[in-house]
Amino acid sequence: MERREILEELKKVLYPYTENKELLEKIDEHTNLVKDLKINSANLVDIIIDAEAKYNIEIDFDSAERIITVGDCINAIEEKINA
Amino acid sequence: MSRRVVITGLGVVSPNGVGVPAFLNAIRTGVSGVRFNPQYKDLHFNCQVAGTPEFEWDRLKHYVSEITFHGLQGRALGYGIVAALDAWMDAGNGIGGKETIWDTGCVFGSSVSDCEVVKKIFGRVDAGEAKKLGSRVIEQMMTSSLTAYISGRLGLGSRIIATSAACATGTQAILMGYEYIQQGVAKRMVVGSSEHVDPYIFGAFDSMRILSRKYNDRPEKASRPMSQTAGGFVPGSGAGALVLEDLDFALGRGARIYAELLGGACNSGGQRSGGSMTAPASPGVIRCITDAIAGSGIDAGSIDLISGHLTATAADAMEIQNWCLALGRNGRNFPPVNSLKSMIGHSLSAAGSIESVAAVLQIVHQFIHPNINLEDPNPEILKQVDRDCLPVKMLNKEIRAVAKANFGFGDVNACLIFSKYN
Repeated sequence: MERREILEELKKVLYPYTENKELLEKIDEHTNLVKDLKINSANLVDIIIDAEAKYNIEIDFDSAERIITVGDCINAIEEKINA
Repeated sequence: MSRRVVITGLGVVSPNGVGVPAFLNAIRTGVSGVRFNPQYKDLHFNCQVAGTPEFEWDRLKHYVSEITFHGLQGRALGYGIVAALDAWMDAGNGIGGKETIWDTGCVFGSSVSDCEVVKKIFGRVDAGEAKKLGSRVIEQMMTSSLTAYISGRLGLGSRIIATSAACATGTQAILMGYEYIQQGVAKRMVVGSSEHVDPYIFGAFDSMRILSRKYNDRPEKASRPMSQTAGGFVPGSGAGALVLEDLDFALGRGARIYAELLGGACNSGGQRSGGSMTAPASPGVIRCITDAIAGSGIDAGSIDLISGHLTATAADAMEIQNWCLALGRNGRNFPPVNSLKSMIGHSLSAAGSIESVAAVLQIVHQFIHPNINLEDPNPEILKQVDRDCLPVKMLNKEIRAVAKANFGFGDVNACLIFSKYN
């Protein structure tokens, strides 16, 4: 799966946790989930759990801790689905 | 000068009406909110009827943020959020301001955690999948979950207290709010209680053989407080909320005043003198009522209406006797008494707050709601009070003061005295 496709899919995962839907539409790989997208940091685990279920993958705790930007998120997913 | 406490907002999620207008209409006309539940038949419960609010879950989207709504599961949380926020808005306030409201707090109670939410945790953890529980579970399992959601949504900054005292929870929460205002701790308090009787709690009560079981085919007849054919209580769910306010503060902001909370009392019989885990001791009940009246600065003769606990068990006759002794009134001299449980069943912790909302509405609109299913009063009760004291039809009558009491497991009692605001 292309990174571009993953990003579009990721928007759906992030949707319920994002107050500002306009910001969500404009995200790119550099968007910081907490600082730019204003996602509550407690919800990052929910996003990872939802992504795991969506792609039927498992993102280990160490990889999860490295997720700060949208790009990091795509890295973690890409690494698992292409493994 | 001692502070007076008035009621400026009401909110209710009741089996016979969601929202104050629907609820007011239902209690005026004696509408039952008790319905047959096929799931309870499948589960082999003896009691297969319950008071369940007609509550559209999506309604909550208008009350909490989209992010909070996503993943919100606890029914009692939903009921409580709607009742509390409705009361807040009813008092003329907005929601979602940016500033903390330091002079306002919240006391809200429930009697148990939501077992349906807990069950999901058990399933995940036992399957070795704790990792998949996510961040939204603990916030819905805390004893203080509901107060956290309410105070967070409203931005309340004074005391935020979650309470529990079984079936006296709601009444006690209201009294605590009253005391904080009286003491000058807060200017306003959002108070109330919420309950969802899920199948697990329901089943556990069913096993105690204290629930109604002979009216499964006639649900609206199943809850029969003070009746000779009362055969146990009908569990109910819902929530009630009030905004209590320092009188001067309310006048200062031009708030509409529904009624005054003159005072109240809360105690325990200590599980002595006939009291136990499940039964109230008469000396404690009587003392609670007399303390509430004395503290309110009125005399027992001024009580125009009793809103009883009266669950439709064998304890009803004893409760009436306790009221007679506490008020020093009986026979024709006894005030009218009603039990909202005849229409909605017994919603445990929420009983006190929903019945208090009903008490305030009866003062505002000067009526006495009917006791439904009381065509055959218990002869033990008729030995103590005149039949006319047990109204079966709605009565328009001058109501100056209402005594509202509830009694809970653990031998805990709470009594409030509401009055017309003068």
